[in-house]
Amino acid sequence: MVTDLNTAIWNTLAAFLTFCIFSFLYKDNPFYKIAEHIVVGVSAGYFAVILYWNGLVPKLWNPVVKQGKWYYLIPGLLGLIMWTRFSKKYAWISRFSISFYMGIATGVAVPLYMQNFVIRQLSSTMLPVHFKNSVGFFNLLIIVGVLCALIYFFFSKEHKGAMGSAARVGIWTLMVGFGAGFGLTVMGRVSLLIDRVIFLKNYFTSIFGHIL
Amino acid sequence: MRREVPVIICFLAGALFIGNYFSPKLQPVAQVVNQWAIICIAFAYVLGVANIFRINYQVITRKGKDWIYKVVLIVGLILMIYLGIFRGVKEGTAFNWVFMNAIYPMQATMFALLAFYIASAAFRAFRIRSWEAALLGITAVLVMIGRVPLGEAVWKEFPPFTEWIMNVPQLAAKRAIMIGAALGAISTGLKVLIGLEKTYMGGE
Repeated sequence: MVTDLNTAIWNTLAAFLTFCIFSFLYKDNPFYKIAEHIVVGVSAGYFAVILYWNGLVPKLWNPVVKQGKWYYLIPGLLGLIMWTRFSKKYAWISRFSISFYMGIATGVAVPLYMQNFVIRQLSSTMLPVHFKNSVGFFNLLIIVGVLCALIYFFFSKEHKGAMGSAARVGIWTLMVGFGAGFGLTVMGRVSLLIDRVIFLKNYFTSIFGHIL
Repeated sequence: MRREVPVIICFLAGALFIGNYFSPKLQPVAQVVNQWAIICIAFAYVLGVANIFRINYQVITRKGKDWIYKVVLIVGLILMIYLGIFRGVKEGTAFNWVFMNAIYPMQATMFALLAFYIASAAFRAFRIRSWEAALLGITAVLVMIGRVPLGEAVWKEFPPFTEWIMNVPQLAAKRAIMIGAALGAISTGLKVLIGLEKTYMGGE
C-alpha cells in the first residue's frame, strides 16, 4: 500500500482522519470536530469544483466564448440573478431562475415517474398466478402484498371492514419490507466499518510491518 | 409580476419537457434548455458555497461558539477550490489526493460510525410492543443473519430463505411504496406546474 514517502504521508493523513472520526465513539471531542469541519469544507469545495469543470466550463464558457453561442448567456444571467437572494430588497428576482429550474425538474420528473415508478411497477406486478408450483403462489403473495399496501396508503375511505382488513395486511407487508430494508442498511454500514478496519490494518502493516 | 411571471416561466419550462416526452420534435429545444438547467444548478451551488462562507465568516468575526473550527472549514473550502480550479482535477493532482485521502476516508468512516448507533437504535426500535413491531424486528434479524456465514452454519436454508424475503414480501412492500410515492410526487409536480403550489418561491 505505502510505496513512497508521498503516499505514506497521504495515507497517514487518511488514517489520522479516520481515527478522528472514530473518536466520536468515546464522546464529542476537538479531534472529531476538526474532522467534521474538514469534511464539510472540503466536500463543499470538491463539489463546487466538479460543477465548475463539468457544468460552467463545458456548458457556459465554451459555448459562449469558443463557439459564439450568445444565447447561452440567458442561463448565465438566470444563474447570476439567483445571487439576489442575498438582498432583502431584490430577493424576489431570484424567483425567475428558481421557477425556471423547478419547471424543468418537474417537467422531467412527471413523465419519468409515471413511466418508471407507476406503469412499469404495475405491469411487473401483473404476474401469472397458479398452484402448479411455488412460483405461482409466491406471485399471488406479491400481488396481494402490493394491493394491500396500496390500500393502506389510500386515505380517502375509512379503513373499516374489508378495507380495514386489507389495510392491516398492507401494514404487515410494509413492516416486513421496512425490516428487510433495515437489515440491509445495518449490513451495509457494517461492511463500511470492515472496510475502514481493513484500511487501518493495511496501513499499520505497511508502516510498521518490518518492525513487528 | 413578482408571483405571476415565475409561475408562467415554471409552467412553460415544465410543459416543454412533458411535451418532449410525447413529441420528438421538441427534443432539440429540450436538449438546449436541459443544458441551461445544469448551468443554473452550477450557479445555485456557488450560491450555496457562498452562503457557507458568509455564515461561517460571521461566526469567526464575532468570535462565536466553536469559531476556530469554522476557520478549519473555510480553509478546507478555499484550499479545495484553489486546488481544483488552478491545479486541475485529474488523477495524481493534489485535488485528487485530497479526495482519496481526506474526503473518501472521512465520509466512509462517518457512515461506518452509524453501524454502532444503528445497533443502539435497533435495540430501542425492536422492543416488541406489537405484532407489527415483532414482524419488523424478526425480518431485520433474519435478513442480517441470512447474509453472513453464521446463518448458513445455523441452518443450511437460511440464505435462500433470506432471498425469498427479499424477492417476495420485501419486493411487494417496496413496489407499493414506490407507486405511492411516485403518485404523490406526480400530483405535487402537477400542482407546481399549474401554480397551485408556490412554496418553492419563498417570501410573502
